[in-house]
Amino acid sequence: MSVKLNALFSDSYVDISQYRDQHFKGNRYDQEKLLKQSNTLYVGNLSFYTTEDQVHEIFSKSGDVKRIIIGLDKVKKTACGFCFVEYYTRTGAENAMRFINGTRLDDRIIRTDWDAGFKEGRQYGRGKSGGQVRDEYRQDYDPARGGYGKLASQHRPTEAQNTF
Amino acid sequence: MSRRRHSDSENEGGQAHKRRRTSEPIEIEDRLESLICRVGEKSTSSLESNLEGLAGVLEADLPNYKNKILRILCAVARLLPEKLTVYTTLVGLLNARNYNFGGEFVEAMIRQLKETLKNNLYNEAVYLVRFLSDLVNCHVIAAPSMVAMFENFVSVTQEEDVPQVRSDWFVYVVLSCLPWVGKELYEKKDVEMDRLLSQIEGYLKRRVKTHVPMLQVWTAEKPHPQEEYLDCLWAQIQKLKKDRWQERHILRPYIAFDSVLCEALQHNLPPFTPPGHMPDAQYPMPRVVFRMFDYTDAPEGPVMPGSHSVERFVIEENLHCIIKTHWRERKTCAAQLLSYPGKNKIPLNYHIVELAQATEMLYMRLDTMNSSCVDRLINWFSHHLSNFQFRWSWDDWSDCLTMDLEKPKPKFVKEVLEKSMRLSYHQRIVDIVPPTFSALIPAEPIFSYKYEDESASSLPGYPASVTVGNAIKNRASNEEILTILKEVPNPNQEDDDDEGESFNPLKVDVFLQTLLHLAAKSFSHSFSALGKFHEILKALTESDEGKLHILKVVYDVWRNHPQMIAVLVDKMIRTQIVDCAAVANWLFSQDMAHEFTRLFIWEILHSTIRKMDKHVQKIQQELEEAKDKLEKQHGDDEDMDKNSEDEEGQLEEQIERLQEKVESAQSEQKNLFLVIFQRFIMLLTEHLVRCETGSVDITTPWYKNCVGRLQQVFLMHHVTIQQYMGTLENLLFTAELDPHILAVYQQFCALQL
Repeated sequence: MSVKLNALFSDSYVDISQYRDQHFKGNRYDQEKLLKQSNTLYVGNLSFYTTEDQVHEIFSKSGDVKRIIIGLDKVKKTACGFCFVEYYTRTGAENAMRFINGTRLDDRIIRTDWDAGFKEGRQYGRGKSGGQVRDEYRQDYDPARGGYGKLASQHRPTEAQNTF
Repeated sequence: MSRRRHSDSENEGGQAHKRRRTSEPIEIEDRLESLICRVGEKSTSSLESNLEGLAGVLEADLPNYKNKILRILCAVARLLPEKLTVYTTLVGLLNARNYNFGGEFVEAMIRQLKETLKNNLYNEAVYLVRFLSDLVNCHVIAAPSMVAMFENFVSVTQEEDVPQVRSDWFVYVVLSCLPWVGKELYEKKDVEMDRLLSQIEGYLKRRVKTHVPMLQVWTAEKPHPQEEYLDCLWAQIQKLKKDRWQERHILRPYIAFDSVLCEALQHNLPPFTPPGHMPDAQYPMPRVVFRMFDYTDAPEGPVMPGSHSVERFVIEENLHCIIKTHWRERKTCAAQLLSYPGKNKIPLNYHIVELAQATEMLYMRLDTMNSSCVDRLINWFSHHLSNFQFRWSWDDWSDCLTMDLEKPKPKFVKEVLEKSMRLSYHQRIVDIVPPTFSALIPAEPIFSYKYEDESASSLPGYPASVTVGNAIKNRASNEEILTILKEVPNPNQEDDDDEGESFNPLKVDVFLQTLLHLAAKSFSHSFSALGKFHEILKALTESDEGKLHILKVVYDVWRNHPQMIAVLVDKMIRTQIVDCAAVANWLFSQDMAHEFTRLFIWEILHSTIRKMDKHVQKIQQELEEAKDKLEKQHGDDEDMDKNSEDEEGQLEEQIERLQEKVESAQSEQKNLFLVIFQRFIMLLTEHLVRCETGSVDITTPWYKNCVGRLQQVFLMHHVTIQQYMGTLENLLFTAELDPHILAVYQQFCALQL
C-alpha cells in the first residue's frame, strides 16, 4: 500500500560525486558500491593549521565519530589541508554530507565527499612536492595553505631579489 | 588507461542494457508520480488551470493506471500535508468526472488510516483525517458522515482505564480539522457539532496536566504564557467559532471549481470505529506551544496573528510540515519556507525566526529557561558564530559580568566561549571578546602533568614516573612495565601489611599520568596510547576503585581540556577499560562536585547512556537475527539430515547465549539508571535538608540547575527509562521521597499516562 514518492524525497547532498580515486584497487563498479555504503568522508579545503580537535568538534554534531585521520604532506609529515572522518554509522556520515558540507571550519568553507574507506598510505598528499595535487598548480595566495601554489611560488621572484 | 576505460564501459553498458529492458512501465509510473507531486510548481499558469489539466490527464490514465494513481494520491495525502488543499481539490475534480474512482479513493484512505493507526504513526494519521475532512469541502464526502466519524473519535473520551494521551489524540485530531472544515460541518449539522464541542470542553476541563512544568521552555509566564498544546488549540477553535468559522488563511483552490464540484455526487464515509487501546501503543506525547514572538515584535509590515487566532495554528502546522518534508535538502527547505504561500499576509520572518532578535530575546530570558533548551542554545549559537567569524556585539551582554558566575547568563556566555574555542583556538577567543569579558574566557586547553620536572621530585610517584616514562619511550614490553609498576609504593597499605594486594591508586596515577603526558599531542596519539597499553590498563582497573581512579586521573591531567576528557572517556568505555556505571559514579562523586554545573559533565553522561543503549540494541538485534535464522531453517528443511540437525543445535545454543547476553546487558542498563537516579536523589536531598536546617531558600542556581538536569535525563531517554519504571518506583521514587524530587518523577510519568 505505501509508496515512497521518489519524485519528491530527493536527498541530493548524499549522492556520490564524480570524483573517483585513481589509486583505488578495483573497478569503478566496486568503488561506487563502497562509496554508497561507506561511513567515511573525505574532507577538503582545510587550513594547514586545523587540528584534529576542531575536526572532531564539528563532525561530532552529526553523529559519533569513530576516528579522524589528518592528511599529511608525504615529505614533511605535517598537515596538508585534508582529512578523513569515519563514523560508527552511515547515518552520521549522511547527516554530515547534508549539514556540514559547504559550511565553515576555521573560517574556511570545507567540502566533504564520500570515501571508499581509509587504507594505509592514503593519508599522504599525492602532489609532486608532497602536499595535495591542488596545491601544486593553484595560482592564488592562500596563507592557510602554505601561501602560493608550488609551481607559482617557484616562478615568483622574492622581495630580496628585487631590491637594490 | 585505455584498458580500464574499455572494461568500464563494458560494465556500464551491460547495466544500462539491463535497465532499459525493464524500464518502460516504471518510467510511466515515475512520470505520474512527478506530475502529481509537482503540480503547480514552476508553472506560469495558475494553480487552478494546472489542476484542471492534471485532472484531465489522470482521468484519461485511469483505465490503465488506476491502482498506481490511487496509491500515489494516498501517499501525498499522508506525506505532503502542507499541500493538503491542492490534492483534495484534485481528488474533488476526479470524483466529479468519475464517481467510482472517488469511492475507491475514499475506501483506500480508510484502509490507509487503519494501517497507520495500527503502526503507531499518529502524526501521519492526523494528516489523513484532515485530508478526509477537507474532502467534505470538495463534495467528495458527505458532511453528516464526517460528523459521525468525529463523534466516534470523541467518544474515546468516555473510555475508562486508558492512558490520557490516547483520548488526547482523538480530541486533537477532531479539533485540528476544524479550521479546514468547521464552517461546512456547522452549516450542515450544527446541533451535532455543538454537542461534540461541548463534550470536548468537558473532557478538557477534567484532563490532568501534571506534565506541563517539565515541558515548558521557561518557568515564567511572562512575556508569553507557555500553553499546553490542547488548551491552546481549544482557545483557537473557540475564537474561530466566535468568528463564525471565517477562516482567511488557508489556500482553497476548490473554491474556483465550486460550480463543477457541487454537481458531483458525494460518498458516505463508512462507519469508523477507533481501534481499541493496545498495551504497546505509543501515542504522541503532550507538548507545550513554544512562543517567542508576538505582534509587538514585528513592528513593520503585516500584523502577526495573535496566539489564539486559528491562523497561528495553521501557519505553524504548515511550516512544521515543510521542515519535516524537506529537512534533507537544506536549500530546498529554505526556499520552500521563504516562498510560503500567503507570506505577504503575515510577517513570515518572525514565524520562521528573526535570528539576531531571537538570540537577543533568548539571552534575556535565560534566567527561567530549562536546561535542555539552554544546552541547545549554547550549541547552536557557538556553531552559528563559527560560521560568521565569531562577530557579535558582546558588549550588549555586559550585564552578565557583574553577576555571580553561577547565574544563567554568565554561565551561558562562558559555555558559548568554551564551545567556540573548540571550533577555533584559545587565542582567537581572547581576540574576539572585549577585555572586560576575560573572566569568562575558557582556560587554555593544556595538559597538567603532576610529575613535570624536578620540582615534583618530592612526590612519592616521581621516581617511578621517570622510569616508566623512559620505559615507554624505549618501547619496553608490557611485562617490563608491570614489573616497574610493582615497585610503586601503595599509600593505602601499611608497610608490613601482608594481606595481599589492595588497590594501589599511586600505580594508576604514575602510569596513566606519564602515558597520557607522552601522548598529549593529539586525540589520535592518546587513542593510540590507550590501545597500545590496553592490557596494562585493564589490569589496573579490574576493581571498581581502579575504574573510578582512572577517571580521576584523566580529569586531573586534562581538566583544562574538557573535550579531551570526553573523547578519552568515550574510548575507555568502548574498549572496556571502564564501564558505564563507573563513569556515572565518577561524574556524581565529591571530586567532581565543583564541575557539576558545567555542560561537559552532562554531555559525557548522556553520551554514556546512549552508548549503553546502543549496546543493548545491538545484542537484541543479534538475537532477533539468530531467531529469524532458526525459524527459516525450520521452514526450509522438510527432511532433517544430520548436518541440518547439527546446525539447528548450534543455532539454538547461540540463541541461548545471546538471550543471556541480552539479559545481562539489560541488567547493566537498569543498574546504570539506578546509579544515576540514586545519586540525583542523594544530592538533592542533601541540599534540601541543608536549606531547611539553615532556613534558607532552596531555589539556588545550583538547585535549579540540578533539577533541570534530572528532568533532562528523563526526557532525553524516556523510551529506555519507561522499561524500568516499575523498579524505579519501587526502589527510588517512593512516597517517602521529598515532594520536590518526587514531583519531577510524577511529571515524567504524566507524559504517557
